[in-house]
Amino acid sequence: MVEKIVTKTLDFWYDDFHALKNINIAIPEKAVTAIMGPSGCGKSTLLRVFNRLNDLIEGTRLTGQVLLDGEDIYSDSMDVSDLRRRVGMVFQSVNPFPKSIFENVAYGLRIHGWGSGTKLATRVMESIKAAALWDEVDGHLHKSAFDLSGGQQQRLCIARAIANEPEVILFDEPCSALDPISTAKIEELIEELKQRYTIVIVTHNIQQAARVSDYTAFMLLGDLVEFGKTEQIFTTPKDERTENYLTGKFG
Amino acid sequence: MRREKQILGLLAVRFSVLFVMFSLFLILVFVLVRGVRVIDLGFLLQPPKAGMTKGGIFPAIIGTFYLAIGSIAFALPLGVLTAIYLTEYARLKRWVRIIKIGVNALAGVPSVVFGLFGLAIFVKLFGFGVSILSGSLTLGILILPIVIRASEEAIIAVPRTFREASFALGASKWQTVTRAVLPSALPGILTGAILGIGRAAGETAPILFTAATFYQRRLPHSVLDEVMALPYHIYALMTEGTKPEFQVPIAYGTALVLLSLVLSINLVAIIIRTRIRRAKRW
Repeated sequence: MVEKIVTKTLDFWYDDFHALKNINIAIPEKAVTAIMGPSGCGKSTLLRVFNRLNDLIEGTRLTGQVLLDGEDIYSDSMDVSDLRRRVGMVFQSVNPFPKSIFENVAYGLRIHGWGSGTKLATRVMESIKAAALWDEVDGHLHKSAFDLSGGQQQRLCIARAIANEPEVILFDEPCSALDPISTAKIEELIEELKQRYTIVIVTHNIQQAARVSDYTAFMLLGDLVEFGKTEQIFTTPKDERTENYLTGKFG
Repeated sequence: MRREKQILGLLAVRFSVLFVMFSLFLILVFVLVRGVRVIDLGFLLQPPKAGMTKGGIFPAIIGTFYLAIGSIAFALPLGVLTAIYLTEYARLKRWVRIIKIGVNALAGVPSVVFGLFGLAIFVKLFGFGVSILSGSLTLGILILPIVIRASEEAIIAVPRTFREASFALGASKWQTVTRAVLPSALPGILTGAILGIGRAAGETAPILFTAATFYQRRLPHSVLDEVMALPYHIYALMTEGTKPEFQVPIAYGTALVLLSLVLSINLVAIIIRTRIRRAKRW
């Protein structure tokens, strides 16, 4: 198992609130890692540490190390724009831009200087195909992204992330706004995507974590309680708190 | 007793609404009835003739058009950039508040003071003379608060999730503002711009010393030429000249044209705004 993202003695604060406490985790490459836990446990915060999206929030502070392929992403020499190209993200709030389907997927490419032309168009097409959306949008790429259904919009957001040719894709509760059928499609897609990408998915849905992930982390009140193979976490959790959570004693 | 008060209150609010609607109605009818007599195609397409006792108001329509376009060409970029600063870049809350107070103060400055300012700065100091340029700049400052406020509201209304999505794809702050935020805010910004144009078209005092001329034989050739303008033309017709029996009807005709122009500009803004509200799906 190759370790793609590694955190070492990671602590994180929103002003005085200690949101992540001494997190040490190694996210394996080309596998699906689920981070689960009750609301407010810090799982989304941890996810946003990986692409430095927390940088946007004032008053946040971080200590410790976060390594991507062994390189500290919080070092001064790290190009944040390039980091976010390598570590893509799909959000809970299904958030395509109010632009055409094509322009949504091309957005990241244009940001990174692809301009326009056939190369761009080819990449856009490939990305939409990779997100299992092509059959539904072929022929009307110029239409507004808002003409799509919620599930299609979320797959468009996945295509948008894929277009950047990332190495990691972060999913922040990607299905919480979707119906069961759309959810199933996204989960199926995640299963496919792990052949090429390292995937980290935050979810408060225990069943979803069990279904899609190879590894599972359980977080509680800013602590990483337990991390291991999904099968092991769900069958023989080592920590009592994990067991209590999985059996529905709280959550 | 409580019942009587209730009835009295209801009467008061009803009467107020009636009064407001009646005033508006009266102004419209008054200008329409008096103005419509002199309006025909010639009135719209001919220059004034015979010492402003005959002919039309074509140069004034053109002049007002130039001034409106000039003022928004100046105020729109400046206003939008200011709004971007206030909403996206300014860190200190206190600093933002001070700027906003400044913008509000600007909106409260009497328009004739803008005229004096324009005279001193653009006409004299910069040496632009009494010209379209001086008038446009003066009007531009006058409508800046409208543009800034509208842009600010439009930018704030853009959901945070668009910004997050943009940043997460590797966009810089400036890229996010120009490629994700502004396009989403554009309809709202345009509405503000159109309202600004309407305001600029209707103002008299700011162009009194900076742009407007009483009479012009030919249309202006450059931005450094002075121009006729509809509001100033009305003022001139009513205060200058010796034949009020001919001039006053022309003034009402001009007023009707100006009123229709400003009202239709505002109507366009309202239409755009309602369309956005309907089309907006975020």
